[in-house]
Amino acid sequence: MQTKQALEGLKVVELGTAAVGPFIGKYLADFGAEVIRIESSVHPDITRLTSPFKDGILGLNRSSAFTQINTSKRSISIDFNHPKGRELGKRLMTWTDVVIENFAPGVIERWGLQYDELKRAKPDIIMLSASSQGQTGPCSKMVGFGFNLKGLTGFVHFTGWPDRTAVGPPLAYTDFVAPWFAVVAILAALDYRHCTGKGQYIDISQSEASLHFLSPAIMDYFANHRVQTPQGNSSPYAAPHGVYRCKGNDRWCAIAVFSDEEWHAFCAAMGDPPWAQDSKFATLLDRKENEAEMDKLVEQWTINSTPEELMNLLQSVGVPTSIVQNSEDLNDRCPQMKHRGYRPVVNHAEMGPHRHMGWPCILSETPLQLRPAPCLGQDNEYICTKILGISDQEFLELSESGVLR
Amino acid sequence: MKETVGETALGSYRVLDLTDEKGLLCGMLLAGLGADVIKVERPGGDPARNVGPFYGDIPHPEKSLFWFAYNLNKKGITLNIETADGRRIFKRLVETADFVIESFPPGYMARLGLDYSALTQINPRIIMTSITPFGQTGPYRDHKGSDLICMASGGLMYVSGDPDRPPVRITVPQAYCHAGAHAAVATMIAHHYRQITGKGQHIDVSIIESVAWMVGDMAVLWSFDGFLTSRAGPRTGRGRLYMLDVWPCKDGEVCFRILGGVYGRGIRPLAEWAEREGMAGALKEVKDWQAVDMSKVTQDEMERWEKAFKAFFAQKTKAELLEEAKAKHIYLMPSNTPRDLAEDEQLAARNYWVEVDHFDHLGTTVTHPGAPFMMSLTPWRIQRRAPLIGEHNVEILGAELGLSKQKLEALKASNVI
Repeated sequence: MQTKQALEGLKVVELGTAAVGPFIGKYLADFGAEVIRIESSVHPDITRLTSPFKDGILGLNRSSAFTQINTSKRSISIDFNHPKGRELGKRLMTWTDVVIENFAPGVIERWGLQYDELKRAKPDIIMLSASSQGQTGPCSKMVGFGFNLKGLTGFVHFTGWPDRTAVGPPLAYTDFVAPWFAVVAILAALDYRHCTGKGQYIDISQSEASLHFLSPAIMDYFANHRVQTPQGNSSPYAAPHGVYRCKGNDRWCAIAVFSDEEWHAFCAAMGDPPWAQDSKFATLLDRKENEAEMDKLVEQWTINSTPEELMNLLQSVGVPTSIVQNSEDLNDRCPQMKHRGYRPVVNHAEMGPHRHMGWPCILSETPLQLRPAPCLGQDNEYICTKILGISDQEFLELSESGVLR
Repeated sequence: MKETVGETALGSYRVLDLTDEKGLLCGMLLAGLGADVIKVERPGGDPARNVGPFYGDIPHPEKSLFWFAYNLNKKGITLNIETADGRRIFKRLVETADFVIESFPPGYMARLGLDYSALTQINPRIIMTSITPFGQTGPYRDHKGSDLICMASGGLMYVSGDPDRPPVRITVPQAYCHAGAHAAVATMIAHHYRQITGKGQHIDVSIIESVAWMVGDMAVLWSFDGFLTSRAGPRTGRGRLYMLDVWPCKDGEVCFRILGGVYGRGIRPLAEWAEREGMAGALKEVKDWQAVDMSKVTQDEMERWEKAFKAFFAQKTKAELLEEAKAKHIYLMPSNTPRDLAEDEQLAARNYWVEVDHFDHLGTTVTHPGAPFMMSLTPWRIQRRAPLIGEHNVEILGAELGLSKQKLEALKASNVI
C-alpha cells in the first residue's frame, strides 16, 4: 500500500556529480520529491564508471556505486555543449522548486545556469551550490574530493595511534558529513519560501560544514592553545575502553566501562578473576594509570569467546559492549539492522534486485519508499513531453539532433 | 560579537530539546537557523556539561567547550520530568512547541506518560524526534551505547587503522554528530510534510545506522564480490587496489591519491614538478596520466610510482605542496592539525571563525566554528552563547508560563527545577 510521501510535490533538479550533490538529491528523492538528474553520456558521472559492476560487466547502468547513490531519481540526458541543450536545461529550471549542483565554482556560470540567471526566469527559485571550500576565497577553485578534503578538515590527523603517523578514516569522510547540512538548509529555505514567497541562494562549503564535527577539538586550540592528537581507542574518562581481540578470524569486540557499577558488573561477568581484585585497578584513575597492563589482561579473557557471546553477556549485565562489525555483519548478520530494514531490496531495471542504503531515520507517518536508480536518460520522453509539455514532434527533433545524449 | 539578527528561516518555531550528548547537534542546527530552542536539563545540569575539553582547562559544568559548541543559540531551563510538577510544566510547554527532540533510552518517555502518543493528545501537530544508539525497537533496543560502541557497531572501525593493530576509532567522538545531523534532516522532512498536511509524526533515529551509512559502499562490495574490506592503514581499499591516501611529507602529511583517466589531469602537474626538480624517477614511465587505466595498473607499477612521489614529498612542506596544488589544480591537500585550521587562509577569508560573547561569565569571547552554510536571505545566526544551568528559568517558567516567584522557589527546593 502506497502511503503518502513526506516531500511529494517538491520539484528538484540535480546537477550532481560523484557523491555530495547526489547524496543531497537522494535524501529528497527517497522521501518523495520529484528529483530530475541532468546528466550526459558525453561526460558520464564518475560513479557510472566506477566498479564493481553487476556480474563484472561494464555498463553505464551497471555500477553499484551509482545505484546506491541515486535511488528514486529520474534521469534526463542533455548535452550542454549544444545550445538547444542549454535551452532545455533552462526550461527545466523554470519548472523546478530547487536546484542542486556540486561542480567546482565556475562551471555552472559557463553554462549560464548561475543563480542570478535562474532567478530572472523564476524569482522564487532556491539554488544550492556545494563545493569543497565555498564559492569565494583564495582556495575556492581548488578541486576537492572527499579523499583529500578529509585531510584538509583535520579528520586524518585525528585517526590513528599516539605512537604512529595518523592514517585517517579510509573513505571520503566529508562526503558523509556535509550533505546532511545541505539538506537541512534546503528544507529551511523551503519553509521560508512557504511563509514569504521568497527563494534564495545557498553556498555550502563542505569543509565549513564538516568542521562542526570537530568543534570541541578546534575550540580547544583557540581557547587553550592545545593541539589535540589521536589517542587510539582510549577515553580520558573510561577504562576499560577499547577494542579487544576475540575468538575467530580478525574478530573484535568493543567494551566501554564508565562507572564503578559497570566495572563491578564487568568483573563479575569475567568470573571475578584475581587480577581484577588488585588495588591497581580499583578505581577509574587507577585503571587509567595501569591501562596497558589491564588491557592485556582483559584481552586474555575476551580471546576465548566470540564477540557475539561477549556482547550478549556484557550487555545483559549493563556493560556497554558491541561487536566490531564488518561488511558481512552489516549486510547479512546483524539482527538489529535486519529488524529495522536498513538495507531494503529494490528492483533495478538493468541490475535486477539489489540491496540499497536506506536512511537512519524511521518516520512514523511517511516512511521511506526507495525507488530504483535511473538508467541514463531513461526519463527523456516523460520529462520532455509530460513535464515540459514539449510536443511529440519537437521531442523527436531533439532526439535526432543529438541534444538528448 | 558579530550579531546576525534579521530574517531567519525557522524563527517562528519552538523546539524543546531534551537530548544529552547523543543528540545535541540536532537542536543546534535548528537554533542556528533561527528556531527558539530551549535546552531542557535535569536540575544541576546535563551530564554533557562534564565532557571536556574545558575553557582554561578548568573542569566545570559552565566551562565545557563541548557544551558551548553544541548548545550555541539555545536557551536553557532545568526541569525534572520524573516529578509530577515537572511533567505538568513540560506538557504546558508542549502545547506551544513545534518540535520535541530527546535521546532517552527507549521506553523512558513512555513510562513517564510523555511518549509521542501522549504528546499528540496535547498538541496534535507535534513532531517528536527520538535519537538512540540502536533504535526504539529490535533485539538491541535496550543495549547501552557510547561513541566507541556505536562507531564499532556501525562498521567504520573495522576498516580503520593499521592492519597490525586493532580497529581504531576517530579520536574526536563522531557517532553522535552523525546522528544529530541525520536527525535534523529527518525533523525538517517531517516539518515540510506538516506544512502541507498539518500532521506531525514521530521520528526514530538510530545512531549506529547513521555511522553504517558511511560504509554502505563496502557492504555492496561484500554482497557483489564477496570482498571483505579490511583496515589498511593510510590506504583506502576498493576491490583490487588499495589506494594510498595519506603520504608523509617534510613537516607532516598530505592527502593525495594516484588516479588515472579523467583524474589524471590533477596528477600531471605534480609529476612535471617532480621532473623539473630531477625527482621524477619511475613517474617518467607514464606519458599521459589521463591514459592510465586504474583497472589495469599492477601492484608493482603502483609501488614504483608511490616510491617516487614519496621521495618527492619528503623534500616539501605541507605549505609548499598546498601552494602548488592551488596554482596548478593538483588534487592534493595537507593533513591539517587544529593549529593549521585556525591559521587557514581560506577559512579566514570567509570569516569562518566567530567570536561568541561570554563576557558575562568568562570575561572574554570564545571562538567557535561559524556558519555551516551561507544562505543569501536567512543567514546562519548567532544570537547567544550556550546557556548556563537554568539560565532562562525565570524567563520561560516565570514570565512565559506565569509561575510566581514563590512557586519557582518551591520547585527549586523540591528539585523539580
